[in-house]
Amino acid sequence: MFDEWLDKYEYLIELGKNLGDYPEDRKTEDRLIKGCQSRVWLDYRMEDGKIVFSADSDAIITKGIISLLIKIYSGRRPDEIVSSDFSVVDRIGLKENLSPTRANGLVSMIAKIKEVAAENL
Amino acid sequence: MDAEEIRRNFPALGRQVYGRQLVYFDNAATAQRPRSVIDEWTRITEQCNANIHRAVHLMSEEATAAYEAAREAVRKFINAGSREEIVFTSGTTASINLVAFSFGEAFVSEGDEVIVTECEHHSDIVPWQMMCQRKGAVLKVLKVDDSGHLMINSLDGLITDRTKIMAVTHISNVLGLVNPVKEIVKKCHGKGVPVLVDGAQGIVHLKVDVQELDCDFYAFSGHKIYAAPGTGVLYGKKEWLDRMPPYMGGGEMVGTVRFSGTTYAPLPLKFEAGTQNFAGAATLKPALEFAASIMDDAEIVRSFDAVRDYLLDTLLADSRIRLYGVPENAGEKIPLFSFSMDGVHHEDLALILDKMGIAVRSGQMCAEPLMDRFGVTGMLRVSLAPYNTMQESEYFVKCLDKAAGMLS
Repeated sequence: MFDEWLDKYEYLIELGKNLGDYPEDRKTEDRLIKGCQSRVWLDYRMEDGKIVFSADSDAIITKGIISLLIKIYSGRRPDEIVSSDFSVVDRIGLKENLSPTRANGLVSMIAKIKEVAAENL
Repeated sequence: MDAEEIRRNFPALGRQVYGRQLVYFDNAATAQRPRSVIDEWTRITEQCNANIHRAVHLMSEEATAAYEAAREAVRKFINAGSREEIVFTSGTTASINLVAFSFGEAFVSEGDEVIVTECEHHSDIVPWQMMCQRKGAVLKVLKVDDSGHLMINSLDGLITDRTKIMAVTHISNVLGLVNPVKEIVKKCHGKGVPVLVDGAQGIVHLKVDVQELDCDFYAFSGHKIYAAPGTGVLYGKKEWLDRMPPYMGGGEMVGTVRFSGTTYAPLPLKFEAGTQNFAGAATLKPALEFAASIMDDAEIVRSFDAVRDYLLDTLLADSRIRLYGVPENAGEKIPLFSFSMDGVHHEDLALILDKMGIAVRSGQMCAEPLMDRFGVTGMLRVSLAPYNTMQESEYFVKCLDKAAGMLS
């Protein structure tokens, strides 16, 4: 049982380490996602009507989780994201990997991604 | 007795998490409950569930007897002068809020001053801030040095003729160092300033004698010392409690009630408005009896000290680790260790340790000013109780090393 967890975490840690550089000057209060125990920043730019996300966190596992979300939702149109039911998050087993506090963090990350999409409809 | 014998009294310690034997190292947040506490709660609930202090029927008398027996157990445990000085609350936070409000109403005016310390948790900061805001008073802070010790020499300079009260924790829930509370009380009393001691952690690890400390108030929670959650105690010297107005009104805290005016019940009921958590409070008796039996057992104390010394030495010797609250001698440190590890986030460590079966705390520990003081966003904390063993500690050290390896 533990080895399974270890594998999942090792994967998230790897994802976190490989997430692209995030500029220091974009670690601002308005880009900070509230509701996570560690600090997570989410930024984006628009390219051809699609949203390209970038993110960072001071905790590596959290960074892995936001990296996974970005992999799924970056490069999509705002309406695609807004209409998504985010069931993919359940399917890849992310939610059950997280204690309630952490799940709150995940919920906050998803809420922030949706908020960005809604603002750019 | 040894730790293994103690453990058999705690059902929760037998459980598994993620297929591994639980190692519970988050005791400063809440302790596990022994069988005697669970049984007392069940007994009250099953056999004498009736409201206390009001009815003449047998069940009510039995419930009242259990509640008042717990008050006597608390009085004895902290060596208070009388039962009138023991007020039941819902916990440390409620106890401090009660004093901040009622003492403030009676004794604090605009321009007065209150002193707290830099190592208080939020429950011993925010109630005082609220009181200062209400009264137009000023909050002053006694700082800690880099090792986590209170800078006691600057206390005299902080006390003025406007200082109305000082609040200090017996042991910080982050630093784990025993503060020189007796000395602080002496200094404050020398200038006519009463002292509230936050005993949330202190009551668990020290033999507290409120008459010897001579503090004016001592606040603690039941759940950290094996009793039911939602229970707590405020010890207050009668001379203060008598002169403070009630915190809340209603229930059995009255003498007579007329629309023209109300008189209040004598101590301690004056401060126990509404239906009390009587089943919970009753568990303080078996909980404190259990705590006393551990504190009085030289063999347990010796082996528990050895566990503390092992963790202290191991963490101090590890160059990757920065320990907050470094004692001058092991005796002033309780088995509570908050630390950071180079290049590794506390939350990541806590998550992986959890999967290894070890419950620890990560984050700000309800003490943001102390996080700012040490320039961190959070820490990792392990806090032990006498049912924790050397074997568990060695396993923790091994797992910490493995988790750090995964993360760096």
